[in-house]
Amino acid sequence: MSEPSIGSVTVEAPPTASDTAPEAGELVARHRLSTRLWHWLNAFTIFVMLMSGLMIFNAHPRLYWGHYGANADKAWLQIGASGDRGVLVLGSKKIETTGMLGLWKDPQGAIQRRAFPWWATIPSSYSLADARLWHFFFAWVLVIAGLGYWLVSLVNRHVQRDLLPRRGELHPRHIWQDIRDHARLRFPKGVAALRYNILQKLAYLSVIFILFPLIVLTGLTMSPAVDAAWPWLLDLFGGRQSARSIHFLCAFGFVLFILVHLLMVVLAGPYNEVRSMITGRFRLPGKRQS
Amino acid sequence: MITRRGLIASLAAGAGGVLLSGCNKINADPGVRSLLQSAEGLTMRAQRIIGDRTTLAREFTAADLSPVFRSNGTRQPAGADYESHRLSGFADWRLTVDGLVARPQTLSMAQIRAMPQRTQITRHDCVEGWSAIGQWTGVPLKLLLDQAGLRSNARYLIFHCADRYAQADYYESIDLIDAFHPQTILAWGLNRQLLPVGNGAPLRLRVERQLGYKHAKYIQRIEAVDSLAGRGLGKGGYWEDYHDYAWYAGI
Repeated sequence: MSEPSIGSVTVEAPPTASDTAPEAGELVARHRLSTRLWHWLNAFTIFVMLMSGLMIFNAHPRLYWGHYGANADKAWLQIGASGDRGVLVLGSKKIETTGMLGLWKDPQGAIQRRAFPWWATIPSSYSLADARLWHFFFAWVLVIAGLGYWLVSLVNRHVQRDLLPRRGELHPRHIWQDIRDHARLRFPKGVAALRYNILQKLAYLSVIFILFPLIVLTGLTMSPAVDAAWPWLLDLFGGRQSARSIHFLCAFGFVLFILVHLLMVVLAGPYNEVRSMITGRFRLPGKRQS
Repeated sequence: MITRRGLIASLAAGAGGVLLSGCNKINADPGVRSLLQSAEGLTMRAQRIIGDRTTLAREFTAADLSPVFRSNGTRQPAGADYESHRLSGFADWRLTVDGLVARPQTLSMAQIRAMPQRTQITRHDCVEGWSAIGQWTGVPLKLLLDQAGLRSNARYLIFHCADRYAQADYYESIDLIDAFHPQTILAWGLNRQLLPVGNGAPLRLRVERQLGYKHAKYIQRIEAVDSLAGRGLGKGGYWEDYHDYAWYAGI
C-alpha cells in the first residue's frame, strides 16, 4: 500500500463532505499542535504534582471535614503505622496496608513509617520542604498551561466542535450502547475513529472543566493569604480542611483518569495512539479487523 | 544460577535504583532548586495583588474554636534561663525593640499587657497541613513600631526567640506590609488565658495571612533591619536557613 497524502484532510473535526472522506488505512491529521504540546506538558506536570503532593500529605497523613483539623480532632481518613503493621483507617474501617502504605521498606531495606512509600513521592526520602518546592513551581505550570488551553480551545472551537456532546449523544440509550461497545472492546473504525465517543467526551470534559478547576481552587483554599483575599472560597468548600480533603479526592480522580486513559491507549493500539499524540498523524483503523 | 524470575527482579530493582538516584540528583541540583525557588516570588506577588495590604484573614466565633489547640515545634524551650522566667510568671521577661528605630524600647510583660489590645479568633495553618482555630489576645505590632519610630530605611522586622531548634537559634522575619497589618499582633493570651508554654509563652507573633512557622514564639527581641543578610544564614528564618522553606509562607 502506498503512503497516502494527508494534504487534503482537515484537522481533527471529521470531514463532512463525503468526497474528501479519508479511507480506512490512511494516515490522517488527528491532533493539533496545541493539544499535543499541552498533553505532554501535562503528562509530566501531573506526575510531579501527584508525587510531590503525596509527600506533602505524608507530613500530616490525616484528612478532616470543616474549617479546622489537627491530631486531636476526628479524621475521616488516616494512614499510619500500628506496631509493625501499616494501616489505612477510613471512617470506622481499618484496612491493613503493610508494605504499601503506613509502613514499608525503603531501597536500603530500612523500615519507614510514613504514609506513601518512596517510589510514589517526590523527593523519595522524607522532605516536606523539597516537596513544596516542586509542588508550587509546577502548580504555576499547570495553571498557566491549563488556562491557556481553555482560552485556545474555546477560541478555535475545539471544545464546541469536538468535546461538547452532540444532539442525541446524551440519550441514555446512546450512552448505554457506548458502554457496551467499550466493554466488548469494539472500537470505532474508519472516519468514526476521528471523532470522540460520548464516554471519551464526558471523561475529557469532566477532567478539563470540573477536576482541573476544582483541584486548583481547593489548592488555593489551603492558602491563608488567598483565603483573606477571596473568603468566598472558604464558603464554597466549607473550610480549609474540607478543601484539603477535596483536593486529595481530586488527585485520586486524576489517578483514576490516568489509569483508564492508559488502559484505553493500550487497547486501542498503543503505537498508532502514541504516534498521533506526538506527530499528530493517526492511521485510520479498518472497517473490519481480521 | 540465574533464574528468569531472579533476573527480572534484579533488572527491576536496578532500574528502580537508577531512576531513584537520578531523581535524587535532580532534586539536589542547585540549578534545579533555584529554578523551583523562583516560583516563590511569583506566588508572593500574585497573592499581594489579589489581596491589598489590609485584607483581613477570616475571624471566627467562639463556637468555631478547636477543642484542643495543638502545639508544635518547640514545646518547651530548654535552659535554666527560660525555666526561671517560667517559674516567676515571666515577671522579669523583657521585650526589646531595636535596630533601625529612633527610640529603642525595653518593655516588661506588665507594660505590654497594659497596652491597647486586640482579640481575634483566627485559624492557624501549619505547613504540614493541619489547622486549629484559637482566640488570640495581644498588642497590635503597629503600636509598638509607632512607639519605637521606625527609620525610613527599615524594611524587615526580625523576631529573635528564646528557643533553640536543632542546635540553632530560632528566629523569623516579616516585611513591613505584614508588620503593619491590622491583625498582626504580639499575642500574650490564647483562649482567654495567658499564653501556655507550648504555644510560645509569654509572647508570640500572629501574622494571620502566613503559615505557622512564621508565627515566632518566645519572642525576646524585635530588630528592625534593612536586609536579611547577616542574620542567621541570611534567608530570614530558622526553617528558611536550614530546610529551604519559603520565606514568604502565604501558601
